[in-house]
Amino acid sequence: MSGIVGYGAFVPRNRIKSEEIARQWGKDPETIRRGLLLEEKSVPGIDEDTITISVAAAQAALERAGIDPKRIGAVYIGSESHPYAVKPSGTILVDVLGIGPEVHVADFEFACKAGTEAMFVAFGLVESGRVEYALGIGADTSQGAPNDALEFSASAGGAAFIFGRKNVLAEVVETYSYTSDTPDFWRREGEFYPRHGGRFTGEPAYFKHVLSASRAILDKTGLKPKDFRFAVFHMPNGKFPLSAGKTLGFSKEQLETGWVVPTMGNTYSGSSPTGLAAILDVADPDDLILITSFGSGAGSDSFVLKATEELPRRRPRAPTVRSMLEGRRRYLTYGEYSKYREKIIVNQ
Amino acid sequence: MPSPRYWREIPSRYRLEASRCCGCGKVAYPARKVCPACGADDWKQIQLSRHGRVVTSTVIHVPPDDFLMEAPYAVAVVETSEGARLMVQVVDCEPAEVVPGTEVNLEFRLIRREGHGGILCYGYKGVPAG
Ligand SMILES: [Zn+2]
Repeated sequence: MSGIVGYGAFVPRNRIKSEEIARQWGKDPETIRRGLLLEEKSVPGIDEDTITISVAAAQAALERAGIDPKRIGAVYIGSESHPYAVKPSGTILVDVLGIGPEVHVADFEFACKAGTEAMFVAFGLVESGRVEYALGIGADTSQGAPNDALEFSASAGGAAFIFGRKNVLAEVVETYSYTSDTPDFWRREGEFYPRHGGRFTGEPAYFKHVLSASRAILDKTGLKPKDFRFAVFHMPNGKFPLSAGKTLGFSKEQLETGWVVPTMGNTYSGSSPTGLAAILDVADPDDLILITSFGSGAGSDSFVLKATEELPRRRPRAPTVRSMLEGRRRYLTYGEYSKYREKIIVNQ
Repeated sequence: MPSPRYWREIPSRYRLEASRCCGCGKVAYPARKVCPACGADDWKQIQLSRHGRVVTSTVIHVPPDDFLMEAPYAVAVVETSEGARLMVQVVDCEPAEVVPGTEVNLEFRLIRREGHGGILCYGYKGVPAG
């Protein structure tokens, strides 16, 4: 039986409220809060990036796994905001955690899907027996252009999952991937902010891929929505994942645990993985969990997981996602936010 | 070529590797060859816990150029539970909150960028616990 042997998440402590961004651009805050269901979002500190978030999440995953880091044979970080254009994020992480040098490392990229992509490959290598343990991470510090709708959602955070074959906390029951060429959102090399096709991209991009992948994995496993206790779908805003879940036949109760977007924002590659971490923070043995990611361009990865007796035992070794969302926070003004996100140019 | 010193210090900067003197038990961070307390040269490598307490602190208002966007910020000498002392920035809080006795967790952060196109230098910073 292969599955998750350790998991952890990290959300930076800085926040900005939707109201504060709306005020800056003369927009109506109620439209954002009710329309997109976004209250506030996390903002990375000036000293936080995909690497530091990945390290924090992976340190928590190692605490819960309780294994010697040297036994991890593969490390993959999925992100669309790797700090270097050329030089892997993963090499820094393995040296911090004391993994390697006998380790296979790669950085993955697939818009918001890169995290589950890293998890998918990590799981595959463990299941095949090629490596004993593998670490898959999704983390981002993404930016939306100023005064773009994305500015209300693009946030920072991530989650890390160690896969193994012994003492698993959650068994991977099945996986499924669905991919097609769909130019709904992109950023060309050298451009600072991404561009997108606007409001008409929901149906042919997000919903088509999320619904197709989720329906196919239900088909493949013979499971029905009512068999699950929890489901989480990629969260580009508050509305889309609830709408996708409802279309598939999931109830609000099944969706709300992993639905962390109203106070976290969209952490891109870290979005559905952090939602999964929030679910593992409360799941009971034998609970079934569905996770479906979405990455523009476009594709979705689905996993069906089943919690084991080990999960409640090892969960308390690291902080929960909710404790980070509701714990120590610092609220920024738009001016401070602009400085933190390096939107202000100063003389060198 | 990035600074060779940063490269050489990776074990202590990234993994908080320190050493404990086999003669008198003193913990040295970063690791040393000869014990300043008892003169012994036999050491056991240890890894510091990511938790400590502020011994003394100050607030930097006029920073070096690389830290311009961060000022004002707190810098503190932190003692870990193993008895090692390290000087770190304390972040994610108001600088004035950082006083002797403040419990901090050590988190891996970006310390500085080597100019516009140079390497990124990482290490640990303190964050008030709780
Ligand atoms: Zn000594």
